[in-house]
Amino acid sequence: MADTSQAIGWLGVPLAIIAGTMRGGTPFLFVSLGECLTEKSGKINLGLEGTLLTGAMAAYAVSYLTNSPWLGVLAAGFAGAALGAIHGWLSQQPRVNDVAVGIAMIIFGSGVAFFFGKPFIQPKAPQLPTINLGEWSDFPALQAALQISPLFLIGLAIAPIMAWFFRSTRWGLFIRAVGDSPEAARAMGVSIFNVRMFSVIAGSFLAGIGGAALSLYYPGLWTERISSGQGLMAVALVIFARWNPIMCLWASLLFGGAQALGPALQSIGIKEGYYLFNAAPYVLTLLIMIFTCSPKRTLSGVPGALGTDS
Amino acid sequence: MALSQSWRRTLESLCLSFGAILAGILLFGVFCALAGTNPFAVYGSIWKAAFGTWSTFQNTLVRAAPLMLSALCTALPARLGLVIIGNEGALVVGGLAAVSMGLAMGTAFPPFIVQVGMAIAGMIMGGIWIGAAGWLRHYRGVNETISSLLLNYVAIALLNHLVGGPLRDPSSLNKPSTFPLAEVNMLGSIPGTRVHWGLLYGLIACIIAYFLMQRTTFGFAARTAGGNIRAAKIAGLPVGKLTVMICFLAGTCAGLAGMVEVAAVQGAANESLNVGYGYGGILVAFAARHNPLAAVLISLLVGGILASGGILQRAHGLPDATVLIFQGLVFLMVLYSDSLYGKFGVFKEKPIMIEPPAPPPPSPGQEPVMTV
Repeated sequence: MADTSQAIGWLGVPLAIIAGTMRGGTPFLFVSLGECLTEKSGKINLGLEGTLLTGAMAAYAVSYLTNSPWLGVLAAGFAGAALGAIHGWLSQQPRVNDVAVGIAMIIFGSGVAFFFGKPFIQPKAPQLPTINLGEWSDFPALQAALQISPLFLIGLAIAPIMAWFFRSTRWGLFIRAVGDSPEAARAMGVSIFNVRMFSVIAGSFLAGIGGAALSLYYPGLWTERISSGQGLMAVALVIFARWNPIMCLWASLLFGGAQALGPALQSIGIKEGYYLFNAAPYVLTLLIMIFTCSPKRTLSGVPGALGTDS
Repeated sequence: MALSQSWRRTLESLCLSFGAILAGILLFGVFCALAGTNPFAVYGSIWKAAFGTWSTFQNTLVRAAPLMLSALCTALPARLGLVIIGNEGALVVGGLAAVSMGLAMGTAFPPFIVQVGMAIAGMIMGGIWIGAAGWLRHYRGVNETISSLLLNYVAIALLNHLVGGPLRDPSSLNKPSTFPLAEVNMLGSIPGTRVHWGLLYGLIACIIAYFLMQRTTFGFAARTAGGNIRAAKIAGLPVGKLTVMICFLAGTCAGLAGMVEVAAVQGAANESLNVGYGYGGILVAFAARHNPLAAVLISLLVGGILASGGILQRAHGLPDATVLIFQGLVFLMVLYSDSLYGKFGVFKEKPIMIEPPAPPPPSPGQEPVMTV
């Protein structure tokens, strides 16, 4: 990577950022869509950070053991769903705060991931195949940037499907009703518990797949530091995206690009302030929240029952 | 009457807290059994490593000190109804500020003055860090949980930047660190022990926090605002100032924890600053139900869990993440126990025993009319 980017010099930075929007954006995309689904039903899941780590570990381990990365992706989804089941059940008990459960699930989920992932730090697991759109180019950097993962394409497809699901299907209506006005949902004869359970579990399934994107696509390895807060940023990202799946897609790409800034500058030899550039996504999230939130009005698009006890 | 009611309520919350911790320990045993180790041997090892002998108990105390301080960072704002989890970030910036101050003052001043300077620097920096989250919450409506979490990552990036560049000691090769503090400026040990004075800081901070929240008008105002923010505003309480003040105080505690870690344990700032006192402190605060005095006891317990990480690895071949799973299970159980309030009849106030007047015995032929 280093020698090729020297060849194209400064051009490497925008290129790496564009590549980063797709590569680094993929986990964001899955986690934020999962969180969007969860929050639409009126519950917050802060524990997706733990889910992401567990998903990354499960994907890597299963891919290594079975030699099939796609089985790994599936395993990541189910591992995430299992954690989601704990969260969905516990956070719906009376007087139990869903934010606190999320924090506990971050600790528990990362514990599970590191505990079972320990033996898999060394070995190299087979990675997901990529679709190489950059074959025509002579620049290896451009080729690397245009390696598109099928996971990214799947995420790209899920966003509009989820928007359509919320807008035009019966089940989508149930979820929105439970999230906006549990009373009305109860009057419709919908089981609030079951709908929220489904939303949290399905959302965690998606977040688990986001973890698979980390360990099987980019950066494509399993270490204990593979997720550095992406699961938490997804919560902020959903607020930024106004609980709209399509907006989640654009926001994920933006965050993926911000994340690529630090490594991109490092690859062209700017070592000064490398760690500070790594903080770019967090600072960006904070700034976005500062500018989009207001104490005077509730945000447009926020599910009515979000963060309440009902 | 009122006394007995509050007594029963205290007993209920004590029993539920301890029951939850016990249940967490049991679940952890089940987990160990599933992972293929003997849970009783693991319990034995943890007990020995955490509380078994005076020598090992001192290790627990050393770890309990920053936990107490870090727990206050979550417990104080919780009284205002805020969930702040920026403990780790405030601890890291507090440690950084303390080191910078300690290095800047060097040996030009008496050690005591330097220590006070380091403590104040750490506290102010930590206070600003969490105070900012409180300010954003009140004046910009930014969710304090998320903003404090993001600030954690910003703090860690700042730490990596400073120990990797401007403040780096070139002789620290394997583990980038800042230049070490002068030996004389380090916090010493309490005489007769290996436990540093930070433990005393933690104890005093918890006691002050308790009295501040429970026995002063300031604490009363904060609790009122936490109970019903609209009522507090109507009553004329300066909710915004209260929020920023409480968050600032919370941050000073975590910043002091960072100073203690730097000036008593590490001797320099490096990545060991974020080794889990942040999340541990959150667990302590929730398990103590945000009561600063209870936090002292729970800190000992969690400190013991942290202290046993090494032996779990050496004696049982369990990875160090086992400690995380243990903490997570206890945390989940503590949260679950919140839903059990009022479920046990033992803790319920007995209905007032006034014998209802006995119905007059029905005279024959005059059976009571059953109304349907």
